[in-house]
Amino acid sequence: MNNRNQQPSFVRVIKKFFLSAFVVLSFVAYSMHDRSAFTNNNLAQATQARPALTQPLGQATAQQAPTQPAAPTQPPAPTETPAPSQLIFNNPAPTSTPQISAQNGQYKDGTYKGSQVDVNWGLVQVQVVIKNEKINNVQFLQYPQDRRTSQRINSFAVPELQQEAVQAQSANVNLISGATLTSEGFQMSLQDALNQAKG
Amino acid sequence: MNVTRTPTSQTIVTTTSMTETRLMWGMPITVQIAGPTNGDGVEPASGKNPARGIQIVFDYFAYIDDKFSTYKPNSEISLINQGVLSLNEASQDMRTVFALAEAMRQETGGYFDIRHDGKVDPSGLVKGWAISNAADMLLDAGYAHFYVEAGGDFQVAGLSPQGRPWRAGIRSPFNPAEIVKILAISDRGVATSGTYARGRHIYNPVGDGSEGDDSSLDEILSITVIGPDVYEADCYATAAFAMGRSGIGFIESLEGFEGYMIDKNRQATFTSGFERYVDYAAD
Repeated sequence: MNNRNQQPSFVRVIKKFFLSAFVVLSFVAYSMHDRSAFTNNNLAQATQARPALTQPLGQATAQQAPTQPAAPTQPPAPTETPAPSQLIFNNPAPTSTPQISAQNGQYKDGTYKGSQVDVNWGLVQVQVVIKNEKINNVQFLQYPQDRRTSQRINSFAVPELQQEAVQAQSANVNLISGATLTSEGFQMSLQDALNQAKG
Repeated sequence: MNVTRTPTSQTIVTTTSMTETRLMWGMPITVQIAGPTNGDGVEPASGKNPARGIQIVFDYFAYIDDKFSTYKPNSEISLINQGVLSLNEASQDMRTVFALAEAMRQETGGYFDIRHDGKVDPSGLVKGWAISNAADMLLDAGYAHFYVEAGGDFQVAGLSPQGRPWRAGIRSPFNPAEIVKILAISDRGVATSGTYARGRHIYNPVGDGSEGDDSSLDEILSITVIGPDVYEADCYATAAFAMGRSGIGFIESLEGFEGYMIDKNRQATFTSGFERYVDYAAD
């Protein structure tokens, strides 16, 4: 089976979308809960200033997604009418917080546009697609793109990373990574020679 | 053994691997499929002929070229740029590429952007994406040991014909015939962005002379990114290179990705997990 990971290709595509989804959800969760503990997201680190919420985020409770444990299971539809004492519900009791949770805490299928959030240097708006009661896709409808964002990333603190002097190495390799060369002829010839050498 | 050479492609067949290079997308593209054979060129374990796997990849790349080449006036991307075709009417693959590009643009704060001079050119993203897809196709077809390489970006799977992780060199920005670092990798994608490239497809959104403008790009000559998937490695390498010296910090922040950055002073800076990929074995 697949060497890379034991998953069919459509799951890998979903994983690529979830890479972006994680970015979005992290940012949204940060906006809602004023956390600063995201490390694998340069956008979150770029948003050092606390965003000012003009209104709560809209329909979908997207901010809960990264922290919520596995969604509570639905009670099975009874095929007969059991005695009242045998009915068991796993869903948590509804709370009074302003969340849209139509089915006892679960998401409802549909497409939801979050409200526009003012993050000091522009507006952010997120759209979430719920399918089979789970988050299926998340995307930005609006995201601020101006110099300050770029500068934040450009002034990204480079931690003390190791350095070394570049040194010539053996040419005995299977393949080479490099930026594409201008001269196709040179590249072709070089690749030809190395392929013969490695076979 | 048969060795045939033509001006644009060559085929080498050995008892343990088959390698073919063709010029496509305006660059040399090489596919090597390794694995034990019974002398007929057939892999006993899967019964797969390496030649068939190689053809699968190049057929797919021809399809990609017809759709995404900005040099072909009738390609789907050209029709979109001419305003003849809208994105809504475009193929699934085209819409997927646009969606991926937008996600990447946001994730990199605009440093990765397929829009240039009023036109859309997704080549920088399509290359890595297509290599990744080709690798998936080979895995799905039962090939376990191979690499797919296009213009210095590649995806490797399994082991080399030598029976160990693939030995990959990083080309020297100072001398294209030289290698400056050797990696031992398996099931990884590798991409390098650099200034000694053909044409610049790196665009810096901050181009007004302030910090982060094009002049800072001259200090860094190349950055190589290693990750699980060449598609992401390619996009991140492109974005990191556009960030100048901060780029290596960006790669450090990405879990699962490592980087090796070379500056004009012959100094290399690398991420904290990069060492696990370095090959210290003797030739």
